[in-house]
Amino acid sequence: MLSSIGISLVVLVLILSFLNIYTASLDLKTSSQSINKSVYKLSLFQTTFTVLSFFTLIIGFINSDFSLINVYENSHTTKPFFYKIAGTWGNHEGSLLLWINILVIFSYLFLVFSQAHNKKYRLYTLIFQNILILGFLFFLLLNSNPFNSIYPVPLEGLGLNPILQDPALAIHPPLLYVGFVGCSIYFSAAMASLLSSYGGKSFAQSIKNWVKISWSFQTLGIIVGSIWAYYELGWGGFWFWDPVENASLLPWFAITALMHSLIVLEKRNTLYAWVIILCLSTFILSVTGTFLVRSGILNSVHTFASDPSRGIYILFFLSLMIFSALTIFFLKYKKENYNFNLKSRETFILANNWFMAFFLATVLIGMLYPIFLDVLTNVKISVGPPFFNIVIIPLVVPFMFLMAIGPKFGWVKSQNKFFYKTLFLILGAVAINLFIFYFFGKYSFLTNLVFIAAIFLILHSFLDIKKFINNKFKTELPRIISHLGFALLVFFIGINHQFSLEEDFNLKVGEIKKTNKYQINFEDIKIKESKNYKAVIGNFKLINLKNNLVQYLNPEIRIYSNPETLTYEAAIKTKINSDLYLTMSNVSRSDYYNIKFQNKPFMIWIWISSLMIALGGFTRLTLKKNED
Amino acid sequence: MLTKKVKNRILFLIFVFVISIFAIFFILKSLNKNILYFSSPSEIKQKEDIPFGKAMRVGGMVKKGSIVISQKDIQFVVTDFENEILISYSGTVPNLFAEEKGVVAEGKLSDKNFFKADRILAKHDENYMPPEIKEIIKKNAK
Repeated sequence: MLSSIGISLVVLVLILSFLNIYTASLDLKTSSQSINKSVYKLSLFQTTFTVLSFFTLIIGFINSDFSLINVYENSHTTKPFFYKIAGTWGNHEGSLLLWINILVIFSYLFLVFSQAHNKKYRLYTLIFQNILILGFLFFLLLNSNPFNSIYPVPLEGLGLNPILQDPALAIHPPLLYVGFVGCSIYFSAAMASLLSSYGGKSFAQSIKNWVKISWSFQTLGIIVGSIWAYYELGWGGFWFWDPVENASLLPWFAITALMHSLIVLEKRNTLYAWVIILCLSTFILSVTGTFLVRSGILNSVHTFASDPSRGIYILFFLSLMIFSALTIFFLKYKKENYNFNLKSRETFILANNWFMAFFLATVLIGMLYPIFLDVLTNVKISVGPPFFNIVIIPLVVPFMFLMAIGPKFGWVKSQNKFFYKTLFLILGAVAINLFIFYFFGKYSFLTNLVFIAAIFLILHSFLDIKKFINNKFKTELPRIISHLGFALLVFFIGINHQFSLEEDFNLKVGEIKKTNKYQINFEDIKIKESKNYKAVIGNFKLINLKNNLVQYLNPEIRIYSNPETLTYEAAIKTKINSDLYLTMSNVSRSDYYNIKFQNKPFMIWIWISSLMIALGGFTRLTLKKNED
Repeated sequence: MLTKKVKNRILFLIFVFVISIFAIFFILKSLNKNILYFSSPSEIKQKEDIPFGKAMRVGGMVKKGSIVISQKDIQFVVTDFENEILISYSGTVPNLFAEEKGVVAEGKLSDKNFFKADRILAKHDENYMPPEIKEIIKKNAK
């Protein structure tokens, strides 16, 4: 039943997309100033049916309708209600349907909210967006149909991978999808802008909000993913420079560059070609990331069940996208004049773009090099965190200085009257850094520089906040929040990295382990039955030897029945100045439990400061037109 | 004669070019220093110039009955059905670590028969097998 409803809805959407392209191209030729009503109607129908098809799948998951292969493979009757719903996008086919939903919804919203702009430009955007929609619809129907049915109907499903049954991971894909797939709308808009010669300021104004939305959601999605990795994977880290993480970072660099240079296009009406390139590459990088992950080419710790045939389709579609984007770009590209003064804000924004391009190149090379080497020489290698740390960290230092100083410059040309203030702040930063260095511990020269740069940017942002309160420049608040967030993030990651404490050992129940600062008593274990798993809960008494403070930590080993899997749940005690982190595992039912104990300073501040970066983006969305 | 504007532009282009060359050179150099090679136990046995004390990855199957756990560490034997190597590790293991399952360990080689791991790589999916290991098993199962 649901299978045929779902497939009919998807086919209906497919037909509507064709009709949409057809009516939009007819409307291009008419002389009327406004877009034909039927285009709106078709788009509205298309959106409604797409959303309905997604709800059909959700209903399939809620009712555990195992006549759908997709539900059978990824759900189970005993699964908690919330994870039944989350299971909808917790697999390849369902997430592709979500992907299409976002393409369609953004397409409609763009049509509705762009009425102040040129008609031809809007219609072309709609056409390109619908071509993208068609591409993914065909992919869904031919290769990854979530509505495929199975007969005879199985009585019970296979269940969702327990490691995905987690609140953070359940909301993580929708966030990322709004971020990554949201880029599609300005990919289409960029192509439309080239074809309809609707460039410059008005183009910048029309895509501005879409860039902010997808940037904010991408940032938030990446943060939520890191938080999940922190408490679920049990290593106590949150960023591993893993290929999948890198794949999410590539479009983020491009979109961050785009968000900054878009301001230049809007205010100064220059950099048009560069903005177009960034618009195109952001979405291309998003699809590339998806391709690498879903095809199983990347060897990652987060391996999705992968399938090469998916890869071939996405690769074909991707090449088509890149080829047509490049063709249109070079056919329509007009030469621009750049007149940049060194001491102007636009120069600093360009500098930001250079850094972003460098970070992007680094991550891309680190990600693709192992693949090329494997194909060419059959040597298997992997590129680990040290590479990224060595290449990226030194550049973060000048980057943060520019982040602080850049916004101080006015547009076109300005004098630097604030030389002494800057010098004063740098001295302040050096002094604070020396204080930390002498009283808390020694660290390398490079770390010193990173701390100085971060503190400098923090101090700078505080002065900006003071100015903001005196109402001198109201519109800069989002920038201050994001830049301050970034500085705090770098600072706290640095502190966290320098002063973390980690102990690995094995204990039997009842044994005691003493380290320099702590005594850990493994008191006992308890067994607890839950709805879809059995938990072995360890009870650890932790005594701080300095102040005799006693705390209890209760890590779990969960044994899920469907599918039969173990997961290890870390016990995390979060405090304002540090996290205590304890995981236990057990191999082959041995008497010894493997324990990893960590004390991680300022973890909560890493999350707060990274959330501030995203918050900046959301705040910018609330600004009124003339304020921005 | 070149006008000032053209001169400036040429200078700028040269500047950009030089910076890019430096950047790429810097990236590639760091890359070469920081790659982790993946080897199977047999490759470690056979290769003459295998570096000791440099970070690398070893993979294969955990041999049945080989896991020994003491207070200090976990020891187990990784095999590719031709040769084997003893690996020691301390810390928690990933949830899918078990006898007769594929494993990838990251760490340093002490000698040709002993590997000290800093990290054991986790896989989210029980049906998943790292491609390197799949290849080894295919090769040796013949």
